[in-house]
Amino acid sequence: MDVLPGVDPRAPLLEVNDLHVEFRTRDGVAKAVNGANFWLSPGETLAILGESGCGKSVTAQAIMGILDSPPGFITKGEVRYRGLDLLTLSEAQRRKVRANKIAMIFQDALSALNPVYSVGFQLGELFRMHRGMSRADAKKRSVELLDLVKIPAARSRINDYPHQFSGGMRQRVMIAMALALDPEVLIADEPTTALDVTVQAQIMGLLADLQRERNMGLILITHDMGVVADVADRISVMYAGKVVEEAPVYDIYAKPAHPYTRALLESIPRLDMKGQQLNVIRGLPPALTDVPKGCAFNPRCRFAKDPCRSDPPPPAYAVAPHRTARCHFFREVLGE
Amino acid sequence: MFRYIVRRLLQMVLTFFGATFVVFALVFANQDDPLQALAGERPITESQRLALTERYHLDEGFFTQYGYYMKGLLTGDFGESLTQRKIADLLADAWPTTARLALLALVIAAVIAISAGVFSALRRGGVFDNVTLVATLIILAMPIVVIAPLAQLVFGIQLGWFPPTSGADPSLWALFLPALVLASSVLATQLRVTRTSVAENLRSDYVRTARAKGLSYRRVVSVHVLRNSLIPVITLIGVDLGQLMAGAIVTEGVFNIPGVGFNLVRAIRTEDGPLVVGFVSVLVIVFLVVNLLVDLLYAALDPRIRYE
Repeated sequence: MDVLPGVDPRAPLLEVNDLHVEFRTRDGVAKAVNGANFWLSPGETLAILGESGCGKSVTAQAIMGILDSPPGFITKGEVRYRGLDLLTLSEAQRRKVRANKIAMIFQDALSALNPVYSVGFQLGELFRMHRGMSRADAKKRSVELLDLVKIPAARSRINDYPHQFSGGMRQRVMIAMALALDPEVLIADEPTTALDVTVQAQIMGLLADLQRERNMGLILITHDMGVVADVADRISVMYAGKVVEEAPVYDIYAKPAHPYTRALLESIPRLDMKGQQLNVIRGLPPALTDVPKGCAFNPRCRFAKDPCRSDPPPPAYAVAPHRTARCHFFREVLGE
Repeated sequence: MFRYIVRRLLQMVLTFFGATFVVFALVFANQDDPLQALAGERPITESQRLALTERYHLDEGFFTQYGYYMKGLLTGDFGESLTQRKIADLLADAWPTTARLALLALVIAAVIAISAGVFSALRRGGVFDNVTLVATLIILAMPIVVIAPLAQLVFGIQLGWFPPTSGADPSLWALFLPALVLASSVLATQLRVTRTSVAENLRSDYVRTARAKGLSYRRVVSVHVLRNSLIPVITLIGVDLGQLMAGAIVTEGVFNIPGVGFNLVRAIRTEDGPLVVGFVSVLVIVFLVVNLLVDLLYAALDPRIRYE
């Protein structure tokens, strides 16, 4: 593969700065991502946490450059891989970044794999198209990949079709596909949501092992606080298209600095609260066509005061080193 | 797979007997006085009438007549038409011409429908998409009895681009205009189905995966989307063969092609029962075999379909 111009090996692995994405539909403009910021280092796991429709998946697709456009448009911001802003690249150059440098796995492996091609074909395709390998060599590498993700009897399963695999095995195939070309960044968009709990744990374990072996940066998009606590190093909490809090995982669980994060943590069912009413966050996330003025969370927030209800929205306050929260009253939330 | 084919072949035997029985019954019910129809305006003597009635078992009941016919058919004898020609010979003359016509029409329709359908799905809402939408609506609205003479008049006679009639033993070129007319009867639906199918598949999750794999747009469409999109189109093409055969009756009449449709019309007009049933039987067999092939092709395209 030819080297991408402008890549600086000493620059941070991945940086997303002030990313804005909107969907222009017949019913109006939906602002799905409104200034997302985060960074990722090699070997690190960053969890992006948030409710459905908060812009997690759209952010991931924008990083990959696979946003459906139209209706989706990136209106502002940068996605820097090793210092190179991917948004300025041509489509041909971006294609070389995908799978080679940044790869992605999706939520539902059954629909994410092509039903009419064998698993071997879909894996081998990567080697044939990106590395110019022959069919035979590509197949050999594909078998190795299935072995890598611990699919039993890989050699005999290589010609099977996606529907012949179980849910967990299919997600392993997806992981194999994403890791085929040794990417430095892996984005996993709710990789275990469609699986049952024991399989979830196996898949997360496999991902963690592979990440450690390859010193790969992992962005884990999820709404499952339990999964996050196990594997993430840092957490970015998204709400209405913005990162409202970013912090190391331990800090966030110990002392959330944003009311939304705090509400999320309080709404986890706990065994020691058995029989009591479960805390829920009242109200719904805002419609992205009509995000509230000021802090987008203010209508649902029990800390909200007047400044929260008017523009400008709260900036990213530095709560501690490597820790930010977009809340005017983060001290109050922290309970200081 | 093997068991599936065997079972389908057995079903085909049943269908074949059922279809010939129904056709035979319809012809029998329609029969007024076939001998008079055969002779036309001229009177028939009583002795001629007796001899012909005897020869064709016309005085027997329906089931006996059907029995005689089937006995002949199963021993490979299609029998004789009322004009005393061997029906097998007539079939051998007519079938190759019609097969070429229908195949040509099928290829023309599939090539135009699939390429135009894919293109308009890729550019949904564009000029090409809207123009094909209007064009397919017009073609859908015009029955083949209108299109065939119109095409003959405009392209065959006024513009002179194609031979206006084909005659005996026509070349592929002479069959091109009739095939195009015939194709138009199935083209519109095939095009719309292709367009919808491609548009739907373009939005699917596996396309997103393919793009995330860094594949080129061309490869995503031509390898990943196309094969998935063709599954319903292939089924439709199989069913359309029946439409093509029905259309061939009109088209062959208009363009004077001595094929199956042409002979069938003549046989119906002369109340020639054995001839009608002979031609229809072969039509039924062809239709059944083509649909079996389509089903097998369907399994080849879509591995999720397993016959047992």
